[in-house]
Amino acid sequence: MNSPKINIKPFGVHSVLIEWPNEVSEHILEKILHFETFLSKEVLTEHDWELVPSYNSLLVINRTEEIDFAKISADIHSWYGQLKETAKPDRYLWRLPVTYDLEFGLDLEDVASQLNKSIEEVIALHTGATYTVYGIGFLPGFMYLGGINKELELPRRANPRPKVLKGAVGIAGKQAGIYPQESPGGWNIIGNCAVPIFDASKENPCFVSVGDKIEFYKISKAEHDLRLIEAEVGIYKPEKIKIDA
Amino acid sequence: MLKVLKAGFYTTVQDSGRFYYRNKGVPVSGVMDDMSVFKVNSLLENKVTDAVLEITMTGPTLVFEEETYMVLGGAEMSATLNNSPIQNYKVYLIEVGDVLSFGRLEKGFRSYLAVKGGFKTKEVLGSRSYYKPITKFNRLVDNDVVPFSPQKEFQPKISEIKVASFLDRSVLEVSKGPEFDLLNDRQLEEIFSKTFTVAHENNRMAYQITETITSHSISMLTSATIPGTVQLTPAGKLIVLMKDGQTTGGYPRAVQLTDKAICILAQKKGGDAISFKLV
Repeated sequence: MNSPKINIKPFGVHSVLIEWPNEVSEHILEKILHFETFLSKEVLTEHDWELVPSYNSLLVINRTEEIDFAKISADIHSWYGQLKETAKPDRYLWRLPVTYDLEFGLDLEDVASQLNKSIEEVIALHTGATYTVYGIGFLPGFMYLGGINKELELPRRANPRPKVLKGAVGIAGKQAGIYPQESPGGWNIIGNCAVPIFDASKENPCFVSVGDKIEFYKISKAEHDLRLIEAEVGIYKPEKIKIDA
Repeated sequence: MLKVLKAGFYTTVQDSGRFYYRNKGVPVSGVMDDMSVFKVNSLLENKVTDAVLEITMTGPTLVFEEETYMVLGGAEMSATLNNSPIQNYKVYLIEVGDVLSFGRLEKGFRSYLAVKGGFKTKEVLGSRSYYKPITKFNRLVDNDVVPFSPQKEFQPKISEIKVASFLDRSVLEVSKGPEFDLLNDRQLEEIFSKTFTVAHENNRMAYQITETITSHSISMLTSATIPGTVQLTPAGKLIVLMKDGQTTGGYPRAVQLTDKAICILAQKKGGDAISFKLV
Protein backbone atom coordinates (compact mmCIF):
# COMPACT_ATOMS: atom_id res chain seq x y z
CA MET A 1 0.00 0.00 0.00
CA ASN A 2 1.19 3.55 -0.70
CA SER A 3 2.21 5.76 2.18
CA PRO A 4 -0.57 8.17 3.11
CA LYS A 5 0.32 11.85 2.61
CA ILE A 6 1.69 13.90 5.48
CA ASN A 7 1.28 17.55 6.35
CA ILE A 8 3.78 19.36 8.58
CA LYS A 9 2.94 22.35 10.77
CA PRO A 10 5.03 24.47 13.13
CA PHE A 11 3.83 24.24 16.75
CA GLY A 12 5.73 26.76 18.84
CA VAL A 13 9.47 27.16 18.21
CA HIS A 14 10.52 23.85 19.76
CA SER A 15 8.22 21.46 17.94
CA VAL A 16 6.60 20.50 14.67
CA LEU A 17 3.45 18.47 14.21
CA ILE A 18 3.27 15.85 11.46
CA GLU A 19 -0.32 15.06 10.49
CA TRP A 20 -1.76 12.15 8.53
CA PRO A 21 -5.30 12.05 7.06
CA ASN A 22 -7.96 12.82 9.67
CA GLU A 23 -9.31 9.33 10.30
CA VAL A 24 -9.06 6.58 12.91
CA SER A 25 -7.28 3.83 10.99
CA GLU A 26 -4.95 0.96 11.84
CA HIS A 27 -3.08 1.54 8.59
CA ILE A 28 -2.36 5.18 9.43
CA LEU A 29 -1.40 4.38 13.02
CA GLU A 30 1.04 1.73 11.79
CA LYS A 31 2.63 4.27 9.43
CA ILE A 32 2.99 6.80 12.24
CA LEU A 33 4.65 4.28 14.55
CA HIS A 34 6.91 3.01 11.79
CA PHE A 35 7.99 6.59 11.09
CA GLU A 36 8.41 7.30 14.82
CA THR A 37 10.75 4.30 15.11
CA PHE A 38 12.72 5.43 12.07
CA LEU A 39 13.07 8.99 13.39
CA SER A 40 14.13 7.95 16.89
CA LYS A 41 16.49 5.17 15.79
CA GLU A 42 18.02 6.63 12.63
CA VAL A 43 17.92 10.42 12.40
CA LEU A 44 16.73 12.20 15.54
CA THR A 45 18.90 10.08 17.79
CA GLU A 46 20.20 12.82 20.08
CA HIS A 47 18.86 13.10 23.58
CA ASP A 48 17.13 16.43 22.90
CA TRP A 49 14.36 14.93 20.76
CA GLU A 50 11.04 13.63 21.97
CA LEU A 51 8.23 12.13 19.89
CA VAL A 52 4.55 11.96 20.86
CA PRO A 53 2.30 9.85 18.60
CA SER A 54 -1.51 9.99 18.81
CA TYR A 55 -4.25 8.80 16.39
CA ASN A 56 -3.27 10.65 13.17
CA SER A 57 -0.35 12.78 14.29
CA LEU A 58 3.21 12.73 15.56
CA LEU A 59 4.67 15.63 17.55
CA VAL A 60 8.41 16.12 17.14
CA ILE A 61 9.91 18.16 19.98
CA ASN A 62 13.40 19.47 20.51
CA ARG A 63 13.50 20.40 24.16
CA THR A 64 16.63 22.54 24.08
CA GLU A 65 16.99 24.19 20.68
CA GLU A 66 14.68 26.14 18.43
CA ILE A 67 13.79 24.21 15.30
CA ASP A 68 14.46 25.55 11.81
CA PHE A 69 11.00 24.80 10.41
CA ALA A 70 11.86 25.01 6.69
CA LYS A 71 14.82 22.71 7.10
CA ILE A 72 13.12 20.10 9.23
CA SER A 73 10.02 20.04 6.98
CA ALA A 74 12.21 19.28 3.97
CA ASP A 75 14.09 16.65 5.99
CA ILE A 76 10.90 15.02 7.26
CA HIS A 77 9.46 14.74 3.74
CA SER A 78 12.66 13.18 2.50
CA TRP A 79 12.92 10.79 5.49
CA TYR A 80 9.28 9.77 5.02
CA GLY A 81 10.15 8.79 1.45
CA GLN A 82 12.87 6.41 2.74
CA LEU A 83 10.59 4.73 5.25
CA LYS A 84 9.82 1.54 3.33
CA GLU A 85 13.13 -0.25 3.77
CA THR A 86 13.48 0.40 7.50
CA ALA A 87 12.71 -1.72 10.54
CA LYS A 88 9.23 -1.65 12.03
CA PRO A 89 8.66 -1.25 15.75
CA ASP A 90 7.90 -4.19 18.03
CA ARG A 91 4.27 -4.19 19.06
CA TYR A 92 2.61 -6.22 21.78
CA LEU A 93 -0.78 -7.53 22.76
CA TRP A 94 -1.36 -7.16 26.50
CA ARG A 95 -3.95 -9.34 28.24
CA LEU A 96 -5.30 -7.60 31.31
CA PRO A 97 -7.39 -9.18 34.10
CA VAL A 98 -10.62 -7.39 35.04
CA THR A 99 -13.02 -8.08 37.85
CA TYR A 100 -16.58 -7.27 36.85
CA ASP A 101 -17.79 -7.71 40.43
CA LEU A 102 -20.59 -5.22 41.09
CA GLU A 103 -18.57 -3.68 43.91
CA PHE A 104 -16.29 -2.32 41.15
CA GLY A 105 -18.61 -2.39 38.13
CA LEU A 106 -20.61 0.53 39.46
CA ASP A 107 -22.51 1.09 36.21
CA LEU A 108 -22.64 -2.50 35.01
CA GLU A 109 -26.33 -3.03 35.88
CA ASP A 110 -27.27 0.32 34.43
CA VAL A 111 -25.25 -0.28 31.24
CA ALA A 112 -26.88 -3.70 30.80
CA SER A 113 -30.36 -2.26 31.22
CA GLN A 114 -29.68 0.66 28.83
CA LEU A 115 -28.43 -1.76 26.19
CA ASN A 116 -31.19 -4.23 26.90
CA LYS A 117 -28.70 -7.03 27.60
CA SER A 118 -27.74 -9.20 30.52
CA ILE A 119 -24.67 -8.38 32.58
CA GLU A 120 -23.03 -11.55 31.24
CA GLU A 121 -23.63 -10.38 27.67
CA VAL A 122 -22.04 -6.99 28.42
CA ILE A 123 -18.98 -8.71 29.91
CA ALA A 124 -18.74 -11.07 26.94
CA LEU A 125 -18.82 -8.12 24.51
CA HIS A 126 -16.19 -6.25 26.51
CA THR A 127 -13.81 -9.24 26.81
CA GLY A 128 -14.52 -10.38 23.25
CA ALA A 129 -12.84 -7.43 21.49
CA THR A 130 -9.20 -6.65 20.76
CA TYR A 131 -8.53 -2.97 21.38
CA THR A 132 -5.89 -0.76 19.78
CA VAL A 133 -4.04 1.90 21.81
CA TYR A 134 -4.43 5.03 19.65
CA GLY A 135 -2.97 7.40 22.18
CA ILE A 136 -1.77 7.82 25.77
CA GLY A 137 -2.62 11.11 27.44
CA PHE A 138 -5.10 13.02 29.61
CA LEU A 139 -3.44 11.38 32.65
CA PRO A 140 -0.12 9.50 32.89
CA GLY A 141 -0.82 6.05 31.43
CA PHE A 142 -4.39 6.81 30.29
CA MET A 143 -4.90 4.81 27.08
CA TYR A 144 -7.30 5.86 24.35
CA LEU A 145 -8.57 2.45 23.21
CA GLY A 146 -10.32 2.00 19.87
CA GLY A 147 -12.11 -1.15 18.77
CA ILE A 148 -15.10 -1.35 21.11
CA ASN A 149 -17.94 -3.58 19.92
CA LYS A 150 -20.66 -1.38 18.36
CA GLU A 151 -23.24 -3.03 20.59
CA LEU A 152 -21.49 -1.56 23.65
CA GLU A 153 -21.55 2.05 22.47
CA LEU A 154 -23.45 4.33 24.80
CA PRO A 155 -23.03 7.92 25.98
CA ARG A 156 -20.93 8.89 28.97
CA ARG A 157 -22.70 9.41 32.29
CA ALA A 158 -24.90 12.49 32.57
CA ASN A 159 -23.23 13.29 35.89
CA PRO A 160 -19.49 12.68 36.01
CA ARG A 161 -18.24 11.21 39.30
CA PRO A 162 -15.93 13.44 41.34
CA LYS A 163 -13.87 10.36 42.17
CA VAL A 164 -13.26 7.19 40.17
CA LEU A 165 -11.04 4.42 41.60
CA LYS A 166 -7.56 3.70 40.29
CA GLY A 167 -7.88 0.82 37.82
CA ALA A 168 -11.53 1.57 37.00
CA VAL A 169 -12.43 0.08 33.62
CA GLY A 170 -14.69 2.39 31.64
CA ILE A 171 -16.56 2.70 28.37
CA ALA A 172 -17.96 5.82 26.70
CA GLY A 173 -19.07 6.24 23.11
CA LYS A 174 -16.57 4.58 20.80
CA GLN A 175 -13.89 4.49 23.49
CA ALA A 176 -12.78 2.12 26.19
CA GLY A 177 -10.13 2.71 28.81
CA ILE A 178 -8.76 2.28 32.31
CA TYR A 179 -8.31 5.10 34.82
CA PRO A 180 -4.62 4.74 35.77
CA GLN A 181 -5.07 6.74 38.97
CA GLU A 182 -7.89 8.00 41.13
CA SER A 183 -9.46 10.94 39.30
CA PRO A 184 -12.77 12.56 38.39
CA GLY A 185 -14.43 10.63 35.59
CA GLY A 186 -17.52 10.62 33.38
CA TRP A 187 -17.23 7.21 31.74
CA ASN A 188 -19.46 4.25 32.57
CA ILE A 189 -17.51 2.09 35.01
CA ILE A 190 -17.97 -1.65 34.44
CA GLY A 191 -15.04 -3.22 36.34
CA ASN A 192 -11.55 -2.83 37.73
CA CYS A 193 -8.10 -3.89 36.58
CA ALA A 194 -5.57 -4.64 39.33
CA VAL A 195 -2.52 -4.42 37.06
CA PRO A 196 -1.21 -0.84 37.37
CA ILE A 197 -1.02 0.72 33.91
CA PHE A 198 1.24 3.44 35.28
CA ASP A 199 3.86 2.92 37.98
CA ALA A 200 6.28 5.80 38.58
CA SER A 201 8.62 3.54 40.58
CA LYS A 202 9.53 1.57 37.44
CA GLU A 203 12.20 2.68 34.98
CA ASN A 204 9.61 2.23 32.23
CA PRO A 205 6.60 3.57 34.13
CA CYS A 206 4.05 2.41 31.55
CA PHE A 207 4.51 -0.96 29.86
CA VAL A 208 1.99 -0.11 27.14
CA SER A 209 2.99 1.97 24.11
CA VAL A 210 0.83 3.63 21.48
CA GLY A 211 0.11 1.04 18.79
CA ASP A 212 -0.07 -1.91 21.20
CA LYS A 213 -3.22 -4.01 21.56
CA ILE A 214 -5.23 -4.75 24.68
CA GLU A 215 -7.55 -7.63 25.55
CA PHE A 216 -9.48 -8.02 28.80
CA TYR A 217 -10.31 -11.28 30.55
CA LYS A 218 -12.62 -11.83 33.47
CA ILE A 219 -11.37 -12.78 36.94
CA SER A 220 -13.18 -13.18 40.25
CA LYS A 221 -13.08 -10.62 43.03
CA ALA A 222 -10.97 -13.01 45.13
CA GLU A 223 -8.39 -13.28 42.37
CA HIS A 224 -8.52 -9.52 41.91
CA ASP A 225 -7.66 -9.06 45.59
CA LEU A 226 -4.64 -11.28 45.10
CA ARG A 227 -3.52 -9.28 42.05
CA LEU A 228 -3.85 -6.08 44.07
CA ILE A 229 -1.37 -7.44 46.60
CA GLU A 230 1.01 -8.34 43.76
CA ALA A 231 0.67 -4.81 42.43
CA GLU A 232 1.27 -3.36 45.89
CA VAL A 233 4.61 -5.15 46.24
CA GLY A 234 5.52 -4.58 42.59
CA ILE A 235 5.66 -8.21 41.38
CA TYR A 236 2.79 -8.03 38.86
CA LYS A 237 3.58 -9.25 35.39
CA PRO A 238 1.06 -8.45 32.68
CA GLU A 239 0.70 -11.17 30.08
CA LYS A 240 2.15 -10.09 26.74
CA ILE A 241 2.25 -11.56 23.26
CA LYS A 242 4.37 -10.14 20.45
CA ILE A 243 2.36 -9.09 17.42
CA ASP A 244 3.83 -10.13 14.10
CA ALA A 245 4.08 -7.19 11.72
CA MET B 1 17.89 21.15 55.29
CA LEU B 2 15.19 23.74 55.01
CA LYS B 3 12.35 23.31 57.46
CA VAL B 4 8.82 24.38 56.60
CA LEU B 5 7.24 26.07 59.62
CA LYS B 6 4.17 27.22 57.74
CA ALA B 7 3.57 26.01 54.21
CA GLY B 8 1.72 29.00 52.76
CA PHE B 9 -0.88 28.64 50.02
CA TYR B 10 0.86 26.40 47.50
CA THR B 11 4.60 25.80 47.60
CA THR B 12 6.27 23.08 45.51
CA VAL B 13 9.72 21.88 44.53
CA GLN B 14 10.28 22.40 40.79
CA ASP B 15 13.20 22.03 38.40
CA SER B 16 13.43 22.45 34.63
CA GLY B 17 10.97 19.60 34.06
CA ARG B 18 10.36 15.91 33.54
CA PHE B 19 11.09 15.02 29.94
CA TYR B 20 10.97 11.87 27.76
CA TYR B 21 7.75 10.46 29.19
CA ARG B 22 5.27 12.58 27.28
CA ASN B 23 4.52 9.58 25.03
CA LYS B 24 3.26 7.87 28.22
CA GLY B 25 1.06 10.80 29.16
CA VAL B 26 3.38 12.38 31.74
CA PRO B 27 3.21 16.20 31.82
CA VAL B 28 6.50 18.08 31.62
CA SER B 29 5.95 19.99 34.90
CA GLY B 30 8.85 22.18 36.05
CA VAL B 31 8.91 25.86 37.01
CA MET B 32 6.07 27.94 35.55
CA ASP B 33 8.23 31.06 35.08
CA ASP B 34 11.51 29.93 33.51
CA MET B 35 12.81 33.47 33.02
CA SER B 36 12.77 34.36 36.72
CA VAL B 37 14.26 31.00 37.68
CA PHE B 38 17.04 31.34 35.13
CA LYS B 39 18.11 34.53 36.90
CA VAL B 40 17.97 33.21 40.47
CA ASN B 41 19.92 30.10 39.51
CA SER B 42 22.44 32.16 37.50
CA LEU B 43 23.21 34.46 40.43
CA LEU B 44 24.12 31.40 42.51
CA GLU B 45 26.05 29.94 39.57
CA ASN B 46 23.72 26.94 39.75
CA LYS B 47 22.84 24.72 36.80
CA VAL B 48 19.69 25.66 34.91
CA THR B 49 18.29 22.29 35.94
CA ASP B 50 18.75 22.86 39.68
CA ALA B 51 15.56 22.67 41.73
CA VAL B 52 14.00 25.70 43.42
CA LEU B 53 10.91 26.30 45.52
CA GLU B 54 7.95 27.72 43.61
CA ILE B 55 5.92 29.83 46.02
CA THR B 56 2.40 30.73 44.95
CA MET B 57 0.41 33.76 46.12
CA THR B 58 0.95 33.48 49.90
CA GLY B 59 4.43 32.60 51.01
CA PRO B 60 5.57 30.07 53.59
CA THR B 61 7.66 30.56 56.73
CA LEU B 62 10.92 28.68 56.40
CA VAL B 63 13.87 28.10 58.69
CA PHE B 64 17.31 27.19 57.39
CA GLU B 65 19.00 24.44 59.39
CA GLU B 66 22.26 24.62 57.45
CA GLU B 67 24.41 27.34 55.93
CA THR B 68 23.95 28.30 52.31
CA TYR B 69 23.42 31.23 49.96
CA MET B 70 19.98 32.09 48.68
CA VAL B 71 18.30 34.24 46.06
CA LEU B 72 14.65 35.14 45.60
CA GLY B 73 13.01 36.11 42.32
CA GLY B 74 9.74 36.27 40.42
CA ALA B 75 6.76 37.73 42.24
CA GLU B 76 7.27 40.44 44.84
CA MET B 77 5.95 39.08 48.14
CA SER B 78 7.38 41.41 50.83
CA ALA B 79 9.93 38.82 51.89
CA THR B 80 11.91 39.19 55.11
CA LEU B 81 15.00 37.44 56.46
CA ASN B 82 14.93 37.42 60.28
CA ASN B 83 12.30 40.16 60.03
CA SER B 84 14.42 42.49 57.87
CA PRO B 85 13.09 43.22 54.38
CA ILE B 86 15.09 41.65 51.53
CA GLN B 87 15.18 42.17 47.78
CA ASN B 88 14.65 39.94 44.79
CA TYR B 89 17.66 38.98 42.67
CA LYS B 90 20.24 39.56 45.39
CA VAL B 91 22.47 36.88 46.95
CA TYR B 92 22.13 36.51 50.73
CA LEU B 93 24.39 34.52 53.01
CA ILE B 94 22.30 32.24 55.21
CA GLU B 95 23.35 31.19 58.72
CA VAL B 96 21.92 28.27 60.67
CA GLY B 97 18.57 29.27 62.19
CA ASP B 98 17.79 32.11 59.75
CA VAL B 99 14.06 32.52 59.16
CA LEU B 100 12.65 33.47 55.77
CA SER B 101 9.07 34.64 55.66
CA PHE B 102 6.76 36.39 53.25
CA GLY B 103 4.18 39.13 53.63
CA ARG B 104 1.82 40.88 51.27
CA LEU B 105 1.76 39.88 47.62
CA GLU B 106 2.75 43.12 45.88
CA LYS B 107 3.24 42.08 42.29
CA GLY B 108 3.09 38.87 40.27
CA PHE B 109 1.85 35.50 41.57
CA ARG B 110 4.79 33.07 41.83
CA SER B 111 8.00 33.69 43.71
CA TYR B 112 11.10 31.50 43.50
CA LEU B 113 13.61 30.56 46.18
CA ALA B 114 16.95 29.16 45.05
CA VAL B 115 19.79 27.95 47.27
CA LYS B 116 23.38 27.31 46.23
CA GLY B 117 23.48 23.91 44.52
CA GLY B 118 19.70 23.58 44.39
CA PHE B 119 17.28 21.56 46.51
CA LYS B 120 18.02 17.85 46.60
CA THR B 121 14.67 16.12 47.01
CA LYS B 122 14.33 12.68 45.43
CA GLU B 123 14.21 12.52 41.64
CA VAL B 124 11.33 10.58 40.12
CA LEU B 125 11.55 9.77 36.41
CA GLY B 126 14.46 12.14 36.02
CA SER B 127 13.01 15.19 37.74
CA ARG B 128 12.39 16.63 41.20
CA SER B 129 9.30 18.54 40.07
CA TYR B 130 6.27 17.85 42.23
CA TYR B 131 3.38 16.33 40.33
CA LYS B 132 1.10 13.90 42.08
CA PRO B 133 0.94 10.91 41.69
CA ILE B 134 4.34 10.77 39.96
CA THR B 135 5.71 12.30 43.15
CA LYS B 136 4.18 11.30 46.46
CA PHE B 137 3.04 14.81 47.35
CA ASN B 138 1.63 17.67 45.35
CA ARG B 139 2.89 20.47 47.62
CA LEU B 140 4.81 21.18 50.79
CA VAL B 141 2.98 21.02 54.11
CA ASP B 142 3.85 22.24 57.60
CA ASN B 143 6.91 20.56 59.13
CA ASP B 144 8.24 19.18 55.84
CA VAL B 145 12.00 19.32 55.42
CA VAL B 146 13.60 20.04 52.07
CA PRO B 147 17.21 18.87 51.74
CA PHE B 148 20.10 20.82 50.19
CA SER B 149 23.90 20.54 50.47
CA PRO B 150 25.27 23.13 52.92
CA GLN B 151 27.62 25.69 51.35
CA LYS B 152 29.99 28.07 53.08
CA GLU B 153 32.63 28.76 50.47
CA PHE B 154 31.03 30.76 47.71
CA GLN B 155 32.08 34.10 46.30
CA PRO B 156 29.31 35.23 43.94
CA LYS B 157 30.73 36.91 40.81
CA ILE B 158 27.69 39.14 40.80
CA SER B 159 25.82 39.58 44.04
CA GLU B 160 22.83 41.52 42.76
CA ILE B 161 21.10 42.37 39.47
CA LYS B 162 18.52 44.96 38.56
CA VAL B 163 15.86 43.18 36.55
CA ALA B 164 13.62 44.85 34.02
CA SER B 165 10.45 43.38 35.50
CA PHE B 166 7.87 41.83 33.21
CA LEU B 167 5.36 41.41 36.04
CA ASP B 168 3.28 44.34 34.76
CA ARG B 169 3.12 43.09 31.18
CA SER B 170 -0.20 41.75 30.01
CA VAL B 171 0.30 41.14 26.28
CA LEU B 172 0.89 37.47 25.50
CA GLU B 173 2.72 36.90 22.24
CA VAL B 174 1.52 33.83 20.37
CA SER B 175 2.14 31.92 17.17
CA LYS B 176 -0.47 30.00 15.17
CA GLY B 177 -1.60 26.73 16.70
CA PRO B 178 -2.15 23.61 14.55
CA GLU B 179 -5.91 24.34 14.12
CA PHE B 180 -5.50 28.12 13.68
CA ASP B 181 -6.57 27.97 10.03
CA LEU B 182 -9.86 26.26 10.95
CA LEU B 183 -11.00 29.30 12.95
CA ASN B 184 -13.25 31.82 11.23
CA ASP B 185 -12.56 35.54 10.83
CA ARG B 186 -14.90 36.43 13.66
CA GLN B 187 -13.16 34.13 16.13
CA LEU B 188 -9.75 35.40 15.10
CA GLU B 189 -10.86 38.99 15.43
CA GLU B 190 -12.20 38.26 18.90
CA ILE B 191 -8.99 36.53 20.02
CA PHE B 192 -6.76 39.38 18.92
CA SER B 193 -8.92 42.42 19.71
CA LYS B 194 -10.48 41.57 23.08
CA THR B 195 -8.97 42.17 26.47
CA PHE B 196 -9.52 38.97 28.45
CA THR B 197 -9.66 38.23 32.15
CA VAL B 198 -7.79 35.38 33.84
CA ALA B 199 -10.43 33.18 35.49
CA HIS B 200 -10.16 32.04 39.10
CA GLU B 201 -9.86 28.52 37.70
CA ASN B 202 -6.12 28.77 37.18
CA ASN B 203 -3.39 26.46 38.40
CA ARG B 204 -0.23 24.71 37.25
CA MET B 205 -2.27 22.59 34.81
CA ALA B 206 -4.19 25.28 33.00
CA TYR B 207 -5.37 28.87 33.04
CA GLN B 208 -8.99 29.33 32.03
CA ILE B 209 -10.12 32.61 30.51
CA THR B 210 -13.35 34.19 31.76
CA GLU B 211 -14.71 35.66 28.50
CA THR B 212 -15.82 33.30 25.77
CA ILE B 213 -15.61 33.81 22.02
CA THR B 214 -17.87 32.52 19.24
CA SER B 215 -18.59 28.80 19.61
CA HIS B 216 -17.61 26.23 17.00
CA SER B 217 -18.22 22.64 15.91
CA ILE B 218 -14.72 21.77 14.72
CA SER B 219 -14.09 18.11 15.40
CA MET B 220 -10.61 16.63 15.56
CA LEU B 221 -8.83 13.53 16.76
CA THR B 222 -6.93 13.67 20.04
CA SER B 223 -3.44 15.01 19.41
CA ALA B 224 -0.41 16.27 21.32
CA THR B 225 -0.45 19.48 23.36
CA ILE B 226 2.45 21.36 24.96
CA PRO B 227 2.75 24.01 27.68
CA GLY B 228 1.39 27.27 26.29
CA THR B 229 -1.15 25.64 23.96
CA VAL B 230 -4.40 27.65 23.90
CA GLN B 231 -7.33 25.29 23.39
CA LEU B 232 -10.74 26.49 22.20
CA THR B 233 -13.67 24.43 23.50
CA PRO B 234 -16.83 24.03 21.37
CA ALA B 235 -18.60 26.48 23.72
CA GLY B 236 -15.99 29.15 22.89
CA LYS B 237 -13.95 28.93 26.08
CA LEU B 238 -10.20 29.50 25.90
CA ILE B 239 -7.99 27.27 28.05
CA VAL B 240 -4.25 27.87 28.23
CA LEU B 241 -2.37 24.69 29.13
CA MET B 242 0.54 25.26 31.50
CA LYS B 243 3.45 23.14 32.79
CA ASP B 244 1.38 20.38 34.45
CA GLY B 245 -1.01 20.36 31.48
CA GLN B 246 -2.15 17.13 29.86
CA THR B 247 0.04 15.85 27.02
CA THR B 248 -2.82 15.29 24.55
CA GLY B 249 -6.16 16.93 23.97
CA GLY B 250 -9.15 16.86 21.68
CA TYR B 251 -9.95 20.58 21.46
CA PRO B 252 -8.66 22.74 18.60
CA ARG B 253 -5.28 24.27 19.42
CA ALA B 254 -5.95 27.85 18.37
CA VAL B 255 -2.72 29.60 19.25
CA GLN B 256 0.54 28.83 21.02
CA LEU B 257 2.14 31.07 23.65
CA THR B 258 5.83 31.86 23.24
CA ASP B 259 8.11 30.70 26.07
CA LYS B 260 8.21 34.28 27.33
CA ALA B 261 4.41 34.60 27.25
CA ILE B 262 4.13 31.46 29.41
CA CYS B 263 6.29 33.24 32.03
CA ILE B 264 4.17 36.39 31.82
CA LEU B 265 0.94 34.40 32.26
CA ALA B 266 2.45 32.34 35.10
CA GLN B 267 2.68 35.59 37.09
CA LYS B 268 -1.05 36.38 36.61
CA LYS B 269 -3.85 35.56 39.02
CA GLY B 270 -7.63 35.39 38.76
CA GLY B 271 -9.06 38.77 37.70
CA ASP B 272 -5.93 40.02 35.92
CA ALA B 273 -6.24 41.34 32.35
CA ILE B 274 -4.42 39.77 29.39
CA SER B 275 -4.51 40.03 25.62
CA PHE B 276 -3.07 38.01 22.75
CA LYS B 277 -0.80 39.31 19.99
CA LEU B 278 0.17 37.26 16.94
CA VAL B 279 3.87 37.39 16.10
